[in-house]
Amino acid sequence: MTIPQITIVGSGVAGLCLATELAERGANLNIIDRHGRPAEHGCSWWAGGMLAPFCEGEVAEEPVVRLGQEAANWWQRHNVDIKQNGSLVLALSRDGRELDKFARRTRQHEWIDADKLAVLEPDLAGRSQRGLFFSSEAHLSPRDALGCLVDELKSRNITIGIGDGLDFSYNARNVSSEKSINRIDCRGLSAADALKDLRGVKGEMLVIRSTDINLSRPVRLLHPRIPIYLVPRGDGVFMLGATQIESKNGHFASVRSVLELLSAAYALHPAFGEAEILEIGVDARPAFPDNLPRIRRCGDTLYVNGLFRHGFLLAPSLARMSADYIFSKKIPEVMDENLN
Amino acid sequence: MTSFYGVCLPSAFMLGTSQYPSPAILAEAFRKSAASVATVSVRREAAGAHAGEGFWSLVRDLGVLVLPNTAGCYSASEAITTAKMARELFETDWIKLEVIGHSDSLQPDPFGLVDAAAKLCRDGFKVFPYTTEDLVLADRLLDVGCEVLMPWGSPIGTGLGLLNPYGLRSLRAHYPDVPMVIDAGIGLPSQATQAMEMGFDAILLNTAVAKAGDPVLMATAFSRAIEAGKLARDADPMEPRDMAMPSTPVIGKAFLQ
Repeated sequence: MTIPQITIVGSGVAGLCLATELAERGANLNIIDRHGRPAEHGCSWWAGGMLAPFCEGEVAEEPVVRLGQEAANWWQRHNVDIKQNGSLVLALSRDGRELDKFARRTRQHEWIDADKLAVLEPDLAGRSQRGLFFSSEAHLSPRDALGCLVDELKSRNITIGIGDGLDFSYNARNVSSEKSINRIDCRGLSAADALKDLRGVKGEMLVIRSTDINLSRPVRLLHPRIPIYLVPRGDGVFMLGATQIESKNGHFASVRSVLELLSAAYALHPAFGEAEILEIGVDARPAFPDNLPRIRRCGDTLYVNGLFRHGFLLAPSLARMSADYIFSKKIPEVMDENLN
Repeated sequence: MTSFYGVCLPSAFMLGTSQYPSPAILAEAFRKSAASVATVSVRREAAGAHAGEGFWSLVRDLGVLVLPNTAGCYSASEAITTAKMARELFETDWIKLEVIGHSDSLQPDPFGLVDAAAKLCRDGFKVFPYTTEDLVLADRLLDVGCEVLMPWGSPIGTGLGLLNPYGLRSLRAHYPDVPMVIDAGIGLPSQATQAMEMGFDAILLNTAVAKAGDPVLMATAFSRAIEAGKLARDADPMEPRDMAMPSTPVIGKAFLQ
């Protein structure tokens, strides 16, 4: 077959995973991004980086759990530093029943008691009488992971140009589907101009540094109103997330949200009260009505979007499916009809 | 059929739109629930630049009446601002008025509630106040122009059901002609049935469906339970009695000597 010539628009986690996958399979690529690099303008920058398909299964639908299991290996294959220490789910004593519910609705976990908690996370000893341990889950540092993919692409002489992709000449309606794909739109919520069923779900997060607490794995604290997670980034740095608000406003974090996130962290361990606030981040995640991702063809353009809160978890499988479609016409399971 | 500010609803089920796993599941739960009203919370930050529009248009597409609410407001002035935004966003003068007085129990602030209800009624709103079973408070709310009351079953999100059946029965009996909706605290369909059997006109709930493992199935269960309670009430139930009474007549029964 002829070598595909493709322009990828957007250098968030969806765009870069796809670029990496296509480059490996021999495609000729251009990547363009509004700022020419992954940065604050994309929600990947603010992600937690938990590769936790089984925990996500508490609420997310089956494809997220299944496809998400590909993620850790994919990232590892691309030389990204993955920590495979599992994840912990805890609840304060009065919310103990939230743990029972979480256990009923997820799999691949084991119950742990206070002693086992002290072994797994010595700094959380005594903070919870029981919890759930998902030993097969992993986490990564999103910004390092994106940087790693940028470097790998650079080593193949693929760099990221600056542009919004809107001046790219294409005609979605008049191009027959026989013609090959020459543009892949991975702009996240910015693509709502073309994908009418895409909506924004605001997420707020903080990056904090504590010299008192050391964690080896992400910890989720269940709470009926304010569930939080803490993802260790190393050197005492933690990502604390995240709100989920039906809003496309990604411009500011509200006082209330930050207050709630910090109070929950403080409840998990009072030592977080002394932590340093390094960053307060916010953006809106792109989501379709079922909160599942889509690969959608429109003429010679392929849209890969709607990764919701599962960017780093699902981008590898979406990259694989998109590449299979481009190279061997295999229809991805998350491909839907052209709704525009 | 009870009318709420002149509107007769085809079903006594009012369902909230928060906390579902996804908007698609929310929409399916609504289809199965046959709910006639969707409540939706308006966050001021999302209302500002219509940033919540993506979700709100999904709610409008449910094809049921929208009852915006002032969830999360802790003062009368906050609630009034939110109500005005909601009126503009959803083009309705209906407002479910919540003025929360206590952050842990989410108990209504009776003073702020009456204050906000008075101002909103004067401003032409049709107010659905989230209140307790307190008779005096009910009286004040009716005084300032509310034509519907929404007493709680138990605190929001607890799922504890009707904690004070005596108080609720008494409220119902004191104001037999005021449309009343049990709002908050319902966790199980049987509790909704009980409230309908007690003579309440509708049930408003959210968490019990949204946070169920299968929200669509739970919406179906509530739909049937609410309908069952309503039918039972309309059927004029028997009075309970202490003495047993055989359902088969004794006279004329064959017996062996």
